[in-house]
Amino acid sequence: MSESIHETKEPSYLEVKSHKGIWNWLLTTDHKRIGLMYLYAMITFFGVGVILGLMMKLELIAPGKTIMSAQTYNSFFTLHGIIMIFLIVVPGLPAVFGNFFLPILIGAKDVAFPKLNLLSWYVYMLGAVVALSSQFLSGGAPDTGWTFYAPYSFKTSTNMLPAVLGAFILGFSSILTGLNFIVTMHRLRAKGMTWMKMPLFPWALYGTAWIQLLATPIVGITLLMVVAERTLQIGFFDPALGGDPILYQHLFWIYSHPAVYIMILPAMGVVSEILPTFAQKTIFGYKAIVISTIAIAFVGYFVWGHHMFTSGMSGVALYIFSLLTFLVAIPSAIKVFNWIATLYRGSIRLETPFYWAASFIFVFMIGGLSGLVLGSLATDVYVHDTHFVVAHFHYIVFGGVGFAFIGAMHYWFPKMYGRMYDASWANIGWLFFFIGFNFLYMPMFYLGILGMPRRYFDYVDKFHNGNIVSTIGSWVMVFGLVVIVANLIKSARSGPLADDNPWNGKTLEWATSSPPPLENFEIEPVVTEGPYEYK
Amino acid sequence: MTNTSAHSEHYDAQIPKMGMWLFIFTEMLLFGGLFIVYSIYRYIYGDAFHLAAQELNLTIGTINSMILLFSSTTVAIAISSIQRGNKKLSAIFIIITMVLGIAFLVNKYFEWQVKIGHGLYPGSTVLAGFGHGDTLFFGLYFAMTGLHALHMIIGLVIWGYALVFIQTGKTTQDRPAFIENSGLYWHLIDVIWIFLFSLFYLIT
Repeated sequence: MSESIHETKEPSYLEVKSHKGIWNWLLTTDHKRIGLMYLYAMITFFGVGVILGLMMKLELIAPGKTIMSAQTYNSFFTLHGIIMIFLIVVPGLPAVFGNFFLPILIGAKDVAFPKLNLLSWYVYMLGAVVALSSQFLSGGAPDTGWTFYAPYSFKTSTNMLPAVLGAFILGFSSILTGLNFIVTMHRLRAKGMTWMKMPLFPWALYGTAWIQLLATPIVGITLLMVVAERTLQIGFFDPALGGDPILYQHLFWIYSHPAVYIMILPAMGVVSEILPTFAQKTIFGYKAIVISTIAIAFVGYFVWGHHMFTSGMSGVALYIFSLLTFLVAIPSAIKVFNWIATLYRGSIRLETPFYWAASFIFVFMIGGLSGLVLGSLATDVYVHDTHFVVAHFHYIVFGGVGFAFIGAMHYWFPKMYGRMYDASWANIGWLFFFIGFNFLYMPMFYLGILGMPRRYFDYVDKFHNGNIVSTIGSWVMVFGLVVIVANLIKSARSGPLADDNPWNGKTLEWATSSPPPLENFEIEPVVTEGPYEYK
Repeated sequence: MTNTSAHSEHYDAQIPKMGMWLFIFTEMLLFGGLFIVYSIYRYIYGDAFHLAAQELNLTIGTINSMILLFSSTTVAIAISSIQRGNKKLSAIFIIITMVLGIAFLVNKYFEWQVKIGHGLYPGSTVLAGFGHGDTLFFGLYFAMTGLHALHMIIGLVIWGYALVFIQTGKTTQDRPAFIENSGLYWHLIDVIWIFLFSLFYLIT
């Protein structure tokens, strides 16, 4: 794709030391180091979130109280949600792989505002600390669920303020990252890289960045209204003061539904990068994928009401929201067909990133199709607030984003660290993770249809079998996760040195050395072809 | 919004400008959330909002609107001055802008004080006695003008930085982005005030 050839190697970004010791990281404005700082922070938080999830599954292994009280269970699912949503899946792919690879993929030296980029990381860490402090302060851990629904959020005596303010601060970090990426893509593309020659991961980040920019402030102000409600007694959502709790749900989902697309669009972008490389074939329907990305970002704004079919809305509004929800499924399906058509008659290399991308399609389809069950009015009323919903969004958010994240981790690992992971351990990890994942969440669909409500620490006997399968699945999945993480950590330290282009990829990150030099390219790349021109 | 690419040799004036415009979109949606809440409760409690709005002091509101509109003019002059390389004139008009901004906040302070003196603040028993509509009206009044005032304070701090940057030569005729962007931010605050003024003082 580009003509950049390097003769003498510049030192890699990991070898350039402009400060002393830890300050090389804490004061860096290099987008690659900032991406890694996000990665390490997120892995840490993710570990906490996983442990909380494991304990909740353990609680549900048998009816009645098993290992924790109802109140503890409430705070566990609240914290699990806050960590997983606000700290990991919403910022995850853009902050880690967007930061690291967006400038490289478009042939730039850095993002448009490098200092602002570092500031975003600090804002993120501040938000994380504030949000997590809610667990340890004296008032007790929040118990409202991650959605902070009114009236719980202004009635509860637990530490609501730090949780809500933490989410607000994290939103600010997300906005700044989105702003940075939009300007970067508008102004810093390499010579010759027109919009329609831009790779698909940057395109996905572009759609995502607009959602971050335009939807996040709505939840920001909504959370501030909750703060005002609790501290200044302004009754925005309190019926006793004239407010309306349903209004909170509307405002919350005006952001939080588009936020689902903040999560999933970059994941789709990652899969669109991995599949052509491992099929050694041009992506099928590049333009269709670009247009569907923008369509998802746009239509995604107008479907928030489908979270509230049972909350109380006019019949007309219900029909419109349901219709729009079905419409937004179309561009997602277009992408799935494009990916599968890309594989058709490709020279497929069965490497770990390919396994993750292929299993992404599998779990994403289950998650997407079960989403249509929830998008139709009649069936939604039946399964609303049951384990069916929990299964659905874990298939999308964890199956979709999680699989894409781990896939991206393996795909770009040689570029990020200049070393290769151990492929057989990586594949074993994937196998356990994939099997465990399905055993963990598939029974929840069944339990939901049987009528098991979500967010209960106890259940009646008829749900017992499904829950046993689910809990055992959680152990298998976490075993796979431990194998994956251990393998990656070990390989980052002592794996064999990687080639510059181990997968024979065509996008620009494979045209530079592994790991890349500080300014990404020794010779500024000039782009002449589309991103996936395999011959 | 002003730190452009540290590594790039070529200064791209579009980068800071575009960044600022995107930030302004975000700000508009931040206030947009409150405007939605306002319009919904105005729709539900139309009569109460109508009566409560008559409690506000139209004179002070008008004076404040004129102060802010005039400060937009001084901002525009400050920007033109720096673009023409007249640093001193630019600094003078930034100082005038800051004085006007402070005058606005002082007026606002006295206005709030009078309202609070009459018991017209969220959580007061006097206000609760008037009913839900009045309670929400004054809740929104304090929340929205309060958020606006917070933005003005941030704006004043930014102008303080602008003065320092003119002094140290970081902002010059060739790189006026900081002052241009501060101006955009200030104009945004003005525009939001125009809407607040209309919604709270004029529609009665």
